Amino acid sequence: MGDFQIKKQPKQYDAIIVGSGAGGGMAAYVLANAGLKICLIEAGPNFDPAKNSAQFKNPWESPRRGASSKFRPFGDFDGCYWGWDIEGEPYTQSGTTKWEWWRARMLGGRTNHWGRISLRFGPKDFKGKSIDGLGDDWPIGYEDVKPYYDKIDQLIGIFGTNEGLPNDPDGFFLPPPKPRLHELFIKRAATNIGIPVIPSRLSILTKQLPNNKDRNCVFCGQCGRSCKLYGDFSSSSVLIKPALATGNVDLITNAMAREVLTNRDGLATGISYVSKDDMQEYQVFGKTVILAASACESARLMLNSKSPRYPNGIANSSGVIGKYLHDSTGADMGGIIPELFDRKRYNEDGVGGMHVYTPWWLDNKKLDFPRGYHIEYGGGFGMPLYGFQWGIEKLNGTYKVKDKQKEAGGYGASLKEDYRYFFGSHVGMAGRGEGIAREDSYCEIDPNVVDKYGIPVLRFHTSWSDYEINQAKHMKETFKQILHSMGAVVTWGGDDGPHNNYGLHNPGNIIHEAGTVRMGNDPKRSVLNKWSQAHDCKNLFCVDGGQFVSQADKNITWTILALAMRASEHIVDELKKQNL
Amino acid sequence: MDRRRSIKALLIGGAASAVFIEACKNSDKRVTEETTLTKFTGAERMQEENEHYKKVVAEHFFDQHELATITVLADIIIPRDAVSGSASDAGVTDFIEFIVKDIPSHQTPMRGGLRWLDLQCLKLFEKTFKDCSNKQQIEIVDEIAYPKKAKPEMQQGVAFFNLMRNLTSTGFYTSEIGVKDVGYMGNTPNQWNGVPDDVLKQYGLSYSEKELKECVSFDKT
Repeated sequence: MGDFQIKKQPKQYDAIIVGSGAGGGMAAYVLANAGLKICLIEAGPNFDPAKNSAQFKNPWESPRRGASSKFRPFGDFDGCYWGWDIEGEPYTQSGTTKWEWWRARMLGGRTNHWGRISLRFGPKDFKGKSIDGLGDDWPIGYEDVKPYYDKIDQLIGIFGTNEGLPNDPDGFFLPPPKPRLHELFIKRAATNIGIPVIPSRLSILTKQLPNNKDRNCVFCGQCGRSCKLYGDFSSSSVLIKPALATGNVDLITNAMAREVLTNRDGLATGISYVSKDDMQEYQVFGKTVILAASACESARLMLNSKSPRYPNGIANSSGVIGKYLHDSTGADMGGIIPELFDRKRYNEDGVGGMHVYTPWWLDNKKLDFPRGYHIEYGGGFGMPLYGFQWGIEKLNGTYKVKDKQKEAGGYGASLKEDYRYFFGSHVGMAGRGEGIAREDSYCEIDPNVVDKYGIPVLRFHTSWSDYEINQAKHMKETFKQILHSMGAVVTWGGDDGPHNNYGLHNPGNIIHEAGTVRMGNDPKRSVLNKWSQAHDCKNLFCVDGGQFVSQADKNITWTILALAMRASEHIVDELKKQNL
Repeated sequence: MDRRRSIKALLIGGAASAVFIEACKNSDKRVTEETTLTKFTGAERMQEENEHYKKVVAEHFFDQHELATITVLADIIIPRDAVSGSASDAGVTDFIEFIVKDIPSHQTPMRGGLRWLDLQCLKLFEKTFKDCSNKQQIEIVDEIAYPKKAKPEMQQGVAFFNLMRNLTSTGFYTSEIGVKDVGYMGNTPNQWNGVPDDVLKQYGLSYSEKELKECVSFDKT
């Protein structure tokens, strides 16, 4: 190392944005299009799905046949760089905590591979405390966010249907794709036992947008790899690419933010970062600083930005930064549908993800858990990848194959017949629910550990309460009922019980972490005001999942986008008025 | 001699195996370069992945005897039939060599399982598995291929054969031959127009008026 110095960039930007996922991408898009000069800092390398996606690769083109690796925990073709474990960037756990922290390092962040499940929060989702006394209400309501949901529906594109549901609001939807065969089975079975199944709401272009002919879906079902044709929403392709085209954005990749810089008045002046390319230290300066590094990375950055003015980290006079960390709940189950054995073959790819889903349908007042969940479905003719029909010895002795009872296991031509026979008969379902954000579930700076850049790392202290465990129990009972109703047989996830919290995944595992930099009207109990602006530091904003007070049972990306757009438009106005 | 041919030679007979083993040792370096696996180091990969890939393919895990045994077993599990080729036609041995280096938790069960199999064969037939006659090979495979009826003392062999069956089948059905065999028809630009009419009819299903009205449809011509 020896000889290094801090290189200060002379340029004064209107805004420095840290992170290029949904929140940072939207901020860059809005501010750049308003003519502001932006510096966008991303911790990973550049990424353009058109050039860098593994879309249309066949399984044999991966030597590991699509198996996961530490570089790609969701499989070798997945569109996200890194995940649970990044070399040289540890995090630690307190006590019995088993937090799982997904970190993307690439332009566009995890939006390059996400499920595109784009659910608006409903009116009740902003007012949880008023309804059941738990958690806190947001300082804003659905009516404040609705105009931004409306705008992003039309800007980015989303399919779905207007169902007039009270807490799953209508939107501006493209037509949904028709259900696949197993989805028709699910729909019939669930509807028969009073569980609604409606078209899913995914940000995928089943039709081209009226004002944008550059993006196109070709129904290959591979949204998780990121789309070369920009037919779905990734921040890299849909927001950052056009933002860069304005000429107003300087993009710095492979730049790991170290701290928010401040002046004597306590205002943010810029960001210091270490470049992973040359391991040199840099500083960039701007009139505003917008954090969008992900809920936990933004909290980490703020907690690490200490100064005499901010001894507990920038904008942390409340001590709330890092607290109220929560993820979606998740539990899953799968089975096979004997009626679908020996199916006729055809191309069933459809869009990347489910064509139907179940929104929350019950009244929590009559249940032993306070918040709801939705159900996601999978199945059908997936591309054969590593793990294809793994464990057939548990299947081929249990069911007759072509009317013949076989011995479990086996080999040879008879085994090859079995693989063909069972292909396409599997079905799976996953509950994704709302947990309660709690003060005693948090992340903090580990006093003893730094990453390879010398940046102090996060230590997690999180747990589930009975509310989430009871909810997982209910999920499992529901899944069994649906599978039974469709004549399916449970093959996995059926043995969970009190011994393992009913299969409730570890917190963090669903990758919807939020709440660490929450907004609120009371500066003593929140970090940001209702404009995603720090109470203690008026030119510092946080536009990622950190700002969430609670996260409903709705995947949070669409709300991150709406809130980031809302905050960014507010920043443009305030800069014009010279308030920042 | 490349590995594919050397394995074939090993399969033909044991007489000249010492010579072949020597030949294979000399060609170890070339073996890695001549793998049937597709290199995956293009614009889709990040730098760290390409470095990892180079490291993995530069190392060997299985020796030639083990590789030959794997090939025999794999072709017993997935032989050529009326529909498609065999595991070795699909390059399954190369896949298994790669995947145990990439997922090291497979290494001990595979190495130990192969050794367990050879020891059983030495006791029964005074030969290692690969040098046994086809009839003898099937005799021992039948002892470990059927988990529910296998004898208790064969349980370790059953566990090994389950793993071997899974790895062989995963390698085969993710190959070009295997994907065609199992009839996966996707991974190509197209338009999703719903379940084909004859399939709907087969299962007594139909799309509702609401679905037909609200869902995207494409001209079927």
